[in-house]
Amino acid sequence: MFKAAKSGPAKTVTANRLDNGLVVFLDANGGWTLDIGEARILDDAEIDEALSYGKAQHDARIVIDPYAIDVEVTDGVPVPIRLRERIRAERGPTIAYGDAERAKLSPPRAEAVE
Amino acid sequence: MYRYDEFDQEFVTERVAQFRGQVERRLSGELTEDQFKPLRLMNGVYLQLHSYMLRIAVPYGTLNPEQMRMLAFVARKYDRGYGHFTTRQNLQFHWPALKDIPDILADLAGVAMHAIQTSGNCIRNVTADHFAGAAADEVVDPRPYAEILRQWSSLHPEFIFLPRKFKIAVTGAERDRAAIQVHDIGLHATRDTDGRLGFAVYVGGGLGRTPMIAHKLRDFLPETDLLSYVEAILRVYNLFGRRDNKYKARIKILVHEAGEAEIRRQVEAEWERIRHSALALPEDEIRRIQAYFALPTELQPRPAESVVLDRARAANPRLDTWVKQNTVAHRLSGHAIATVSLKPIGGTPGDATAEQMELLADLAERFGHGEIRVSHEQNLILPHLALDDLPAVYEALEQTGLATANAGLITDIIACPGLDYCALANARSIPIAQRISERFSDYARQAEVGDLKIKISGCINACGHHHVGHIGILGVEKKGEEFYQLTLGGSGDERTSIGEIIGKGFSSDEVVDAVETLVDTYLAKRESADEDFLAAYRRLGQAPFKEALYGAA
Repeated sequence: MFKAAKSGPAKTVTANRLDNGLVVFLDANGGWTLDIGEARILDDAEIDEALSYGKAQHDARIVIDPYAIDVEVTDGVPVPIRLRERIRAERGPTIAYGDAERAKLSPPRAEAVE
Repeated sequence: MYRYDEFDQEFVTERVAQFRGQVERRLSGELTEDQFKPLRLMNGVYLQLHSYMLRIAVPYGTLNPEQMRMLAFVARKYDRGYGHFTTRQNLQFHWPALKDIPDILADLAGVAMHAIQTSGNCIRNVTADHFAGAAADEVVDPRPYAEILRQWSSLHPEFIFLPRKFKIAVTGAERDRAAIQVHDIGLHATRDTDGRLGFAVYVGGGLGRTPMIAHKLRDFLPETDLLSYVEAILRVYNLFGRRDNKYKARIKILVHEAGEAEIRRQVEAEWERIRHSALALPEDEIRRIQAYFALPTELQPRPAESVVLDRARAANPRLDTWVKQNTVAHRLSGHAIATVSLKPIGGTPGDATAEQMELLADLAERFGHGEIRVSHEQNLILPHLALDDLPAVYEALEQTGLATANAGLITDIIACPGLDYCALANARSIPIAQRISERFSDYARQAEVGDLKIKISGCINACGHHHVGHIGILGVEKKGEEFYQLTLGGSGDERTSIGEIIGKGFSSDEVVDAVETLVDTYLAKRESADEDFLAAYRRLGQAPFKEALYGAA
């Protein structure tokens, strides 16, 4: 797994929830939020403690395998630097899927026609 | 069609109960993640980028309507209303909650389905030609042998902790539609000059980081020796396959390092020891299993010409195109095999909504003698349709976005889920597939280009089979950006070849133009419209394509 930079950029801690696998971020209250906008922004001095806490939360069966990601903070909102983490923070693929994709692809222009 | 007998059903039911207990113990803390992970993998449960993923086994890609309806039910009740058909003929759900998975598996067990051995270091789903049992060019139906291998490999006590995953494919026509030469074991069912049934046996094929074409270990293995010989191969692999390095643990590496002759010697030596054991297949047992796969008795020859179809085609150019492009000859006159494309222009390759799955179930029931197939090219097949019924089938498909007439054409793209879904990926594959599809959306242009298999993988694990694409696209990460490397001239058929890297890669912005440049170069240089892309590339070599992409050397 790509590790966050040891120093420099701001960071957040992320994981997947154990029960449903969804992506979550460590928030300021020691809980886990689905919304990266609510994530606790950490600096170098804080990261080790936050990851220790995350490990304890893994052992407590709340989340799985927390890790730190580099973020750029704009107006207080962290945006992951790495594309993979940006996609993950969006909590879904970058394309429409399921019925939403079907709706997008109709009308008949979407079919291969003569 | 094959049905589980009581023994199988009991096994699957018990397995669900066992996994339910394991999930409970994981959630309660009695099992750690490290303890639980190998157990969940053995039940097809992955943790992916956004959520868990559940991979359900579809043995040799065959489904009945009841099973397809259950997949639709699971998609609606537990997931987000859709599923993804894979390059190994399986189905993936991208959003199951762990706590719901035991219930999902219980529902699936009710229709004789499961997720056992779809992950982990074990023998995976045995895949087969998706036209099996129906194709006009078939010598022997490979599915009974795939079924025998399935029974033999399910919870085989000796092969549950292999060095790495193990994939077997079986095909039964001269034309290999199952990509057997890029599998760990490939079996080509055939008859010898005396008419006896048996197999050419291939070993050590694979894709991923180190693509390799399989070696032919045996020209002809009598069918009675199928299990003993395959067991001998697995035993040699289990004993000598590397366990020190995950990236060198497949049997292809063992064959490559030890050499074909040495592996053959070891396999044959082991086989001699065990061939007359309980693994020898009695002929009456093979025939018993073959009988399950016989064509339904209601499926009888019909007149070769269908007035109903001919009239409908004359009246509807879209139907005419679809029949021409998406249907092939059936063994029985008056019938056809139809490819239901899961590659709508601009869509996600291989995805189907619950509604679409239900329509397929209905069509298979009403018109298709209850059979549906999943192809490793991520389309669905209705293998037994009467020509007279094609207009009605087409009309229903068109209403549900399943009537794209692009089977085998440039927009019939294979793509792994890629960085949109997969924790292993380096780059996205689906948006590239969608953009290429939209660039070539015009059917007339697609028909002019002809047969062209584009395969896209979002990382070197090659789940999109890009190494055997006529045009292969590999997504990588370069300086934090998505970047795409092109390979040319790959093929997964009976003349298997690994694609050759053409040159430096392309950015996300550039790659679709690059593909178009390759296509235009082919059109300009081909001898005639009868020379398809692959043939032209094999004749011309890389040079004209390289020059078109990168300029004169």
